[in-house]
Amino acid sequence: MHLSYQVVLAQLMLGLNIGAFYAILSLGLAVIFGLLNIINFAHGALYMLGAFVALLGYNELGPLLGMPDFHMNYWTALLVAPLVVGSLGVLIEKTMLRRLYKVDHLYGLLLTFGLALILQGVFTNYFNVSGISYNGKPEILRGAVNLKFMMFPTYRLWSIAISLAVCFATWFVIERTKLGSYLRAGTENPSLVQAFGINVPLMITLTYGFGVGMAAFAGVVAAPIYSVSPIMGSELIITVFAVVVIGGMGSIMGSICTGLSLGMLEGLTKVIYPPAANTVIFFMMILVLLVKPEGLFGKEQ
Amino acid sequence: MKKRLMQFVTCTTILGMAMVAGAAGISTDVVKIGVLTDMSGVYSAIGGKGSVTAAKMAIADFGGKVLGKPIKLISADHQNKADIASTKAREWADTDHVDMITGLLNSGCALAVQKIGTEKKVISIATGAGSTTLTNEHCSPYGIHYVYDTYALPKVAGGAIVDTGGKSWFFLTADYAFGHSLEKNTAAFVKAHGGKVLGQVRHPLATSDFSSYLLQAQASGAKVIGLANAGGDFINAVKQAREFGIVQGGQTIAGMLVFLSDVKSLGLDVAQGMNFATSFYWDRNEASRKWSKRYFAKTGSMPTMNQAGVYSAVTTYLKAIKKAGTDNPDAVMKTMRGMKINDFFSINGHLRADGSMVHDMFLVEVKKPSESKAPWDLLKVIKQVPGDEAFMSLAEGSCSMVKK
Repeated sequence: MHLSYQVVLAQLMLGLNIGAFYAILSLGLAVIFGLLNIINFAHGALYMLGAFVALLGYNELGPLLGMPDFHMNYWTALLVAPLVVGSLGVLIEKTMLRRLYKVDHLYGLLLTFGLALILQGVFTNYFNVSGISYNGKPEILRGAVNLKFMMFPTYRLWSIAISLAVCFATWFVIERTKLGSYLRAGTENPSLVQAFGINVPLMITLTYGFGVGMAAFAGVVAAPIYSVSPIMGSELIITVFAVVVIGGMGSIMGSICTGLSLGMLEGLTKVIYPPAANTVIFFMMILVLLVKPEGLFGKEQ
Repeated sequence: MKKRLMQFVTCTTILGMAMVAGAAGISTDVVKIGVLTDMSGVYSAIGGKGSVTAAKMAIADFGGKVLGKPIKLISADHQNKADIASTKAREWADTDHVDMITGLLNSGCALAVQKIGTEKKVISIATGAGSTTLTNEHCSPYGIHYVYDTYALPKVAGGAIVDTGGKSWFFLTADYAFGHSLEKNTAAFVKAHGGKVLGQVRHPLATSDFSSYLLQAQASGAKVIGLANAGGDFINAVKQAREFGIVQGGQTIAGMLVFLSDVKSLGLDVAQGMNFATSFYWDRNEASRKWSKRYFAKTGSMPTMNQAGVYSAVTTYLKAIKKAGTDNPDAVMKTMRGMKINDFFSINGHLRADGSMVHDMFLVEVKKPSESKAPWDLLKVIKQVPGDEAFMSLAEGSCSMVKK
């Protein structure tokens, strides 16, 4: 493949697109790990669930309500899916995860992994795995934009923009606001923070709800680009975990930056040596762990 | 002396009768058919539970009995892993006394099972596997390759696409044995029809984002982008080609292995105008429609060529037992090789010495949304290609059982 600057720029743009998904998913994981100490293996399944809320809202909700022409549109789905999945997250936290905070990380990992398998199994049973097209892409986001070096689909541009906006808003809230400082303090020393009259358990529940809500949000954004399928999360989750590890477990900025840059690295690999495209991130992980075991942005424990 | 002679006669008579009993009739008093397929993975929509339903229908339609003995069905998930497939096949052969195994959705699983079948004298009828090695290097006296192979598909579609003006090709290939062989065969037919291959890019199996590869294909300036992949990979590649304006820009997307379920999943908006090869389409004639509607009533979707193929394979196998008067695998194989296989699925079908079930193939085109009158009204048949033209000839093949 001949490498002109156009080809490289185009691949970087595409990589940024994948990277934005990596960033938003790994950010949710990092928030949950940072504040709850739970390695949330159900993240991929909840991402898939978000895409399905959008899909079913578009295809099935109307007929279900007796209004065959009604479709839950994309914008509504962007709000509804995180709320639905976030509520499910709250339920999971209140009934299951809460019991595991005092024991080893491993239990949380196993529980969420089990949840992921159940969710994925149920959806596979009903929807099969070949993928269903989501047709609710808004009219305004159809078509392509001329970026001089390539025609870039408008929707992909939008998905990069919205993902980055959500990522940086989250970072801002957690690192720069009072609410964020309560959150961080609550995980460092819950009893002290509680003594100041702050409801720490509620805060933690909502944090988990927020984290998985973000996964669902990413699912809705991904639905028009990729086919909606029960395995879409499990394909992504291992890579996203690698991103979290490279960025430094629990580091918010680490997740965002590594997500974006590894997405671009993957994009470049796809033109330079395609067979390595699926594994380049794991090579990076090995390299980083050898040199800096706590991750690029991680703090030494 | 007379006593000795009497003894001899009695002995040989008893022995002879025992041997006749062994050769004729049904061993273990039941005919057991196993459907081994992908129940949960990337190819489950293509075969999966639908294949089990098809096999059940075939047995029920046959009356549930052959030569007065019951027919039983068992099924399992091979998870697209050759080791699981071979473990299951071995267990079925040894402890369940399965007589025939069908389904087998990928070439790795099919090869593994066919090998065990050779060892244990269990007939295997692969309906979903593609690789031509099943009937060439690894051909077996008990192995049948029923629905399509990676030679027939591109032969029917590739040539036709070149003839209608698609002279230059660029391949997007799934980076494993199946993709490579599909790409290689397609390239050969493209060249044979006067086209040329400008290049290819190989992507890992189960890629969700094809945009990079598609841009490379676009930059190549090739008239046709040939997809040597299947299932989810195929669907994603086609969708994204549209998103990047590749089709609108005048390049054609050609899938080398496309299933009805893929077209349904893509929707006509996206898939319209595509040409591909298939061995079955439900809405082709009265017989195929009739069966498919019964299948639809049970499953909620129209059958893919694999699912229809499982029904046909099971029925053919049972007919052969009836005709041979035994379920002895050698006798059944011999009978099947002498049969004409004509049903709603197989047209002018016959089983060759190398295990290839040769039958007519179809070149189809995906309808425009305006042409489609019902939810499953998706394809139109453009051309019927005789089996002997579509499939690799015995002379070209390399099966060691075929004397040249």
